[in-house]
Amino acid sequence: MKKLITSLLFCCLGALAQAPPTAVAISNAKIVTISGATITKGTVVVRDGLIEAVGDNITPPADALIIDGAGLTVYPGLIDGLSTVGIPAPATPTRGGRGAGAAAATAAAPPAPHSNGPEDRPMTTSWIKAADEIQPTDHRIETARNEGFTTAVVFPTVGIFGGQGSIIDLAGVKTENMVLVPAVGQYIAMRTNPNGFPDALMGVISYVRQTYMDAGYYKLSKEVYANDPRGMKRPEYNRALEGILESKRILLPAERLVEMDRMLRFAAELKQPVILYGLHQGYRAADLLKKNNAVVLVSLKWPEKPRDTDPDDEDSLRVLEERKKAPSTPAVLQKAGIKFAFYTDGVEQPRDLQRAVKAAIDQGLSREEAVRAFTLSPAEIYGVADRLGSIEKGKIANLLVTRGELFDDRTKVEMVFVDGVKHVPAPEPAGRGTATETAGGGVNQ
Amino acid sequence: MTSKFFLACLAAASLASAEVKVIQNATIMSESAKGTFNGSIVVRDGKIIEVGQHVTVPPGATVIDASGQWVIPGIIDCHAHIGVDGGVNEGSVSVSSMVNIKDVINPEDIAIYRALSGGVTSMNVLHGSANAIGGQTIVLKTRWGSDAQGMIFEGAKPGIKFALGENPKRQGNPEGGARGGAPVNVRYPATRMGVEDVIREAFNEAVLYKAQWDAYDKAVAAGQHPLPPRKDLKLESLKEVLEGKRLVHAHCYRSDEILMLIRVADDYGFKIATFQHVLEGYKVAKEIAAHGGGASTFSDWWGYKSEAYDAIAYNAALLAKKGVLVSVNSDSLNGELMRRLNLEAAKGMKYGGMTREEALAMVTINPAKQLGVQDRVGSIEVGKDADMVIYDKDPLSIYSKVQKVLIDGTQYFDRDTDVSGRGAKEQEKQKLIQEEKAEDAKTASPRRRAQ
Repeated sequence: MKKLITSLLFCCLGALAQAPPTAVAISNAKIVTISGATITKGTVVVRDGLIEAVGDNITPPADALIIDGAGLTVYPGLIDGLSTVGIPAPATPTRGGRGAGAAAATAAAPPAPHSNGPEDRPMTTSWIKAADEIQPTDHRIETARNEGFTTAVVFPTVGIFGGQGSIIDLAGVKTENMVLVPAVGQYIAMRTNPNGFPDALMGVISYVRQTYMDAGYYKLSKEVYANDPRGMKRPEYNRALEGILESKRILLPAERLVEMDRMLRFAAELKQPVILYGLHQGYRAADLLKKNNAVVLVSLKWPEKPRDTDPDDEDSLRVLEERKKAPSTPAVLQKAGIKFAFYTDGVEQPRDLQRAVKAAIDQGLSREEAVRAFTLSPAEIYGVADRLGSIEKGKIANLLVTRGELFDDRTKVEMVFVDGVKHVPAPEPAGRGTATETAGGGVNQ
Repeated sequence: MTSKFFLACLAAASLASAEVKVIQNATIMSESAKGTFNGSIVVRDGKIIEVGQHVTVPPGATVIDASGQWVIPGIIDCHAHIGVDGGVNEGSVSVSSMVNIKDVINPEDIAIYRALSGGVTSMNVLHGSANAIGGQTIVLKTRWGSDAQGMIFEGAKPGIKFALGENPKRQGNPEGGARGGAPVNVRYPATRMGVEDVIREAFNEAVLYKAQWDAYDKAVAAGQHPLPPRKDLKLESLKEVLEGKRLVHAHCYRSDEILMLIRVADDYGFKIATFQHVLEGYKVAKEIAAHGGGASTFSDWWGYKSEAYDAIAYNAALLAKKGVLVSVNSDSLNGELMRRLNLEAAKGMKYGGMTREEALAMVTINPAKQLGVQDRVGSIEVGKDADMVIYDKDPLSIYSKVQKVLIDGTQYFDRDTDVSGRGAKEQEKQKLIQEEKAEDAKTASPRRRAQ
C-alpha cells in the first residue's frame, strides 16, 4: 500500500516536472504590431489564447515553449472582411447558373416558391446568423489559414437579405469556440429573383425599401401592443422583420461609381449604418466616399479579361480602363483617408492572393496599409479593434508568422496562431495532388 | 504657358454659374408667335434673358457666333428607356407601381450621350410595358457628366407607366410566356379584359388605402394619436395618381382599349396625362381630346406587331386637328432613334401638312406641356431654361447636323470637340490593349514553359 502511494506520488511529481509548456514565446523575430511601431527584434508571449506580452526587451517566462523567431516576421492574424468560409456551399443556384453543377443543385433543393410581391419576402433569410451555420470541418477553413487568415467575417450570402454575419476564428473543433461575435450586420445583395418578384434591379431596391418600412411599422406596432394589449389585435410574429431589426448595420454592394452613389443614398434613406462592398471603381470615387464618410470593403478579385473570347473583339475604353485601374483603388482610398478593408471574394489560393495584393501595392498602396487592410482596419470597421487586429498585450492571440515580407513573391507562411493555438500549414497542395493520383492509379489497376 | 493659362480661364469660365453667353446671328426657330427669324439670344445664369433681332451684348459675355446656323429649343423625348440600370421592366407582377426608375438612373449610359448629340435635352424615362400598371417614371435632363441626382429635371412632375394590349397580356399566354428561351410563370392577365380588371382591382385597393390614410390624417389633425396605417409603396403611387400628384403615361395601341382606359380613369376620377404610341388614336381623337389627354406617338411606324396594323402616318396630324396635344417620341432603349427626333417631327409636314413650327412643336413645346414643364423648357423665350440646340443647317432637313447643345446655359455637347477627340480616345484604347497583351504574355509564359 505504502509502496503504491509512493509510486503514485512519484508519478505526479514526474508529471509536474515534465509539465507541457503553458505559454509560447516567439523570440528574436521581427514583429509588425500594426497599432504601434514595428519591432525589429523582439518577443511575443502567448498564453491562454491571449497575447501576454510583446516587446523588444521581454524575457520569455520559464514555462514557455520558445520558438526561435530568427528570420521570421510576426503579423497580426489576417482578417477576411467578408467571406463565406465555414458555411457549406449554398444548395440553391444563383441566377444564370448553368451546367451540371447548377442542375444537380436544383434537383437537390426544393424549388423556391413563386413570389408575387414584397409581402412574400422573396429571397429573404434575414434571421439566419452565420454563426449557426458554421461547419468546423469545411476544408476552406484550412485553406484560408494556409493563406495566413486567422479570422473571417462570415456572412450568409444567398438571396437578397442573406442573413447576419458573424466574426469567427478559423480553427476549432466546435462552432462554439470559433465564434467571436455572433451578429455584426445584415448582408444585402442586389439580386433578382428567377421565381417572380423582383426581377429587375428597381424591383430589388423597392423590395428592400418596403421591407425596412415594414420593419419600422412592425416595431411600432409591437411597442404599442406591449404598452396596452387590451383591445388590440396582436401584431403577427415575423421572423424576416425580426432579422432586419436585429441587424445593426447593413452591407450593400457597389462595384461602379454609379452604384456607390446609389447605395450611399439608399443607406441614408434607410437610416442604416452601411458598409459598401465591391468597389472596383473606387479609384474614381475618392471625393464621393470622403464626402459621405463611407466605410468600404474592397474586393481583391480584380476584374480580368475573360478567357477564350474572340481575339478580334475589342473591349471598350471604359472596360479596359477599369481593368487597368481597379487595383489602384486601395492606393486612392489610402490617399484620401477613407476607411477600407480587404476581402478575398473567392481568391482562395495563397499565390493568387499574394498577386492580387501585390497589384495594389504596385499601384501605390503602402505595404503597411496593405497589412492594415487585412488586420486592424477590418477590426475597426466591425467594432472589434479592442480584441483583434494588432499585436498588443491583452488582445486575442491570433498571429501570422512568415518567412519573408508579407505579400512578397517568395514569402512563406510558417505558422499561424489562432486563439493561441499553433497551426502549421500543410505542405503545398502538390502533395495532395500526388495522393489523389496514387488513389486513381489504384482504381485503374 | 500663355495657352495653359488661357485654357484654365476657359475652364473656369465654363463652370461659373453667373456666366453670360450670347448666341449671335442665328436663324432662330421656335414655337412662338415670332416664327422663324434671324437674331441673337442672351443667356445668363442658365436662363434666357433676351431674344431678338438686335440684342445688347453684355460686357464679358462669351459669344457663340452662329452665323448661317440654326437654333431650336432643346428636343424633349416624351418616351425613352435609356439611362436605366438593371432592366426597364419589373415584369414579374401585373402591378409594379412600387418600383421607381429614379432608383436606378445610370448617368453613364452611353445612350444618354447619343441622345444629347442628337439635340435631346430632356426626356421622360419610363418603365417598360410588361405590365398593366408599371413602375414610377422620371424626367431627366441629359446633363452628360453629372451624377444621377444631377440629371434629374428638378421640379418636373413624377409619372407612372400603364400599359394596355399585347405586352401586358403576353405573359398570361401559356404558349407565349417564354423569356430568354426559358419558360416563365404564367401571369394573369391573358386578355384585354383581364388588363382592365387588373387596373380596376388595383385602384379599388388604392381607394381603400387612400381612405385609411385620409381618416388617419383627419384623426391626427383632431389631436388624436392613432396607429398609422401600414405604408405600402405599391398603393402609395396609385394614391398619388388619385390625388393628381402623379401623371399617368399609358402605353396603348387599339382604339377600343383607349376608350376602355378613359372609362376606367373617369370612374376613379383621375386623368391620363399621355396616351403613348396610341397608333389608333386617330380613330378616337375626339374622345381623347374630350378627356384632356395628350398623345405621344411614333412618326410613321407600322405593322411591327399585331396591334400596329391599323397604324397610319397621318395619326399625329389627325389627332392634332381634333385638338389633341401631340408629341412624337423614340421609345428608345439605346439612344439611336432618339438622336434623330428632329426628323421624326419633320415627317409631320409630309404626312398631314403641318407647318414647320407645328412639326417642331411635336418634339419641343408639346412634350414639355405633356410633362408639365412648359414654363421651364420647350421654346426659346425670355425666362426659360437655356436648353438649346445649334444645327449647321435647317433642323428639319436630313442634311443637318447638331453642332452644339446647351442645357441650362452650359455646353454639354460640341461636335468639333467630339470629332477631334476621337483619335486620342482610339489611341488610348489601343495603348491599353497592347499593355494588356504584353502583361498576358509575361504571366502566361512560365505556365506554358512548364507544360
